[in-house]
Amino acid sequence: MQNAQSKTFNIDVHHVTRVEGHGRIRVNVRDNVVEDVKLCITEANRFFENFVKGMRPEDVPWIVSRICGICCVGHQLAATKTVEDAMGIVPSAQTILLRKLLTESQFLQSHVLHVYFLAVPDFVGVPSVLPLVKTHPDVVLRALRLKKLANDYTAVMGGRVLHPMANTLKGWRKLPSKKAMEEIRDRLIAAVPDLLETIAIVKTLKIPPYERETEYVSLKHPDEYALYDGDVYSSDTKSSVPVNQYRAVTNEFTVAHSTTKWSKWHRDSYFAGALARVNNNFDQLRPEAKNVAAELGFKAPCYNPYMNNVAQVIEIIHCAYNSIAMLEQALNMGLVEEDLTFTAKAGEGFGSCEVPRGILFHNYTFDANGRCSGGNAIIPTSQNVNNIEQDMKAFVPKMLPVMSKEELTLHMEMLLRAYDPCISCSVHMLDVEFTE
Amino acid sequence: MKPKVAFFDFASCEGCQLAILNCEDILLDILGLVELVEFREALSEKAPRYDVAFIEGSIHRDEDIERIKDIRARSTFLVALGACACMGNVQARSNFVAPAENYKYVYGEEARNRVQIDEEYWPLWGHTRVRPIDKVVKVDFYLRGCPIVPGEFLHLVKSLLHGTAPHTPPNAVCVECKKNENECVYDRGETCMGPITWGGCNAVCVNNGYVCDGCRGVLPHANIPAHKTLMLEKGINDADIRSRYRLFCSAEPAAKGA
Repeated sequence: MQNAQSKTFNIDVHHVTRVEGHGRIRVNVRDNVVEDVKLCITEANRFFENFVKGMRPEDVPWIVSRICGICCVGHQLAATKTVEDAMGIVPSAQTILLRKLLTESQFLQSHVLHVYFLAVPDFVGVPSVLPLVKTHPDVVLRALRLKKLANDYTAVMGGRVLHPMANTLKGWRKLPSKKAMEEIRDRLIAAVPDLLETIAIVKTLKIPPYERETEYVSLKHPDEYALYDGDVYSSDTKSSVPVNQYRAVTNEFTVAHSTTKWSKWHRDSYFAGALARVNNNFDQLRPEAKNVAAELGFKAPCYNPYMNNVAQVIEIIHCAYNSIAMLEQALNMGLVEEDLTFTAKAGEGFGSCEVPRGILFHNYTFDANGRCSGGNAIIPTSQNVNNIEQDMKAFVPKMLPVMSKEELTLHMEMLLRAYDPCISCSVHMLDVEFTE
Repeated sequence: MKPKVAFFDFASCEGCQLAILNCEDILLDILGLVELVEFREALSEKAPRYDVAFIEGSIHRDEDIERIKDIRARSTFLVALGACACMGNVQARSNFVAPAENYKYVYGEEARNRVQIDEEYWPLWGHTRVRPIDKVVKVDFYLRGCPIVPGEFLHLVKSLLHGTAPHTPPNAVCVECKKNENECVYDRGETCMGPITWGGCNAVCVNNGYVCDGCRGVLPHANIPAHKTLMLEKGINDADIRSRYRLFCSAEPAAKGA
């Protein structure tokens, strides 16, 4: 006779919503035993790594930004650094400063979108941001104000919000105007009350009390909180390896249920993203961000993946204050037009930067004619999916006695969204279907 | 009754949906005029029928074909949203290479063979050919560009709400570029697709110091041979011209034999 409490069911969330990209969660439970948990990445292949062949060096960053709309700035910058590495180009201090500004504008834009549009609805128990327009109009309007500011910031620095064209090898095709940068600086200063309100809402969110320690991988830089540049750091070894050793870090492998490749380094899987960065580089955050961490009860190292959303808010504060300082610096130095000419040549380049969803690697080779002869891009989500699945595998058996399958489904979707998955690089979302 | 509007994505960067979310100033006004029934990036809900379906991304697999046909059957109007849906976009470059070669390069030969014989997951891996959506289903309206221009999206939505067809004049990017008084790209010795590319972007790339790469597709009746001759006369070599025609894949079919 079957135990009345015995649980046997399948969870099949076919298209996960409120993530960037297509993914699917499958869980089989039989007689209270979790038989299988799979995170399927079902995104169609686009083969960027192969079709960059034949391109001129300066075309590569421009085209590979199309890997992802939300991380387009990061893909473009990682590729720019990579091609420069291959061509032996060393960018000027001005160019690096502009790229850091562009980077931080993207962090603000993506984190605000993620926290308010993708994560907050879960925590307040509504299916999307839309019902909040009626119940919490102040929250929605603030989200839109902050997002608009961040988008305008990207547009000023890069020429437009999506797939910006101002950045190229060696420097800027068209420099941002002094007036536009001053305006962004002033608007960022004026946005401080909105940012403080963001902290207030995050304080009210109920974070599930689930912890699983894993390996946290991010860039690390000796002088600053690493977003644009650094070596590859592991929380397991407490040491870094240079970016050109990235294959030894990612160790990519294929699984049949996912069109994105999976990664692991020192253990079965690792975590990339805001939580990994804040864990690994906490001391280098701006004091304002450290204060916010304390206010939100965040203590590094933190092993709760749902706290990734809190880590994102800490980074929002860091980037806002850091941007104000860097804009001041750029305005004081006075930007000058730079010579962007170079001679294309054969070579191989490696590049990495942090994007909102984690560490990103690019690698390109060029033939004797200076044309691209091959590429490799390893996106944050493809590094994270393995760790997300490991989290789900640990979470489901632990919570099975106390959660219904509906609650389990919701929590797994929340978990996926907490990681800030940018699955469009390779994947997409879930629908829920139970068969018993 | 408010029109039911839905968004769907296929192979793409999802930047065009983001471009719509980026209309912060009027987003709430639009949402007040329509009923948003599916928008995977922001919404968990689903619906049976749509008055307007916006489709982002290109079609790569059999399962994508089934899905787009189903969406078409349930939609009154279907809009191709962005360069991937309109013309395949950059990923259509992979059509120049056999799918098996692409898999081999990206996943390795052993992995390619292993995943392709796994029956359960075969639909995931059954890549055929990159196609714009009008190669599979009828498209009512096109919003061009990589990414789309938010102003054109708003124009389309307003027109449909008023029961009229949106007017998108077939001007070249070159016309808009001249209005902006940019220095001609050809005088800088670079390739430019501006003279043969659908306008509507206000020449945003040239305004920001770059060239036009033709991400909005080739104009109907564009004079490709004249365009090519013009670039040759400006001293641009054949290989660079061909590479540029292929970059966004917009001019490649049109430029055959040019």
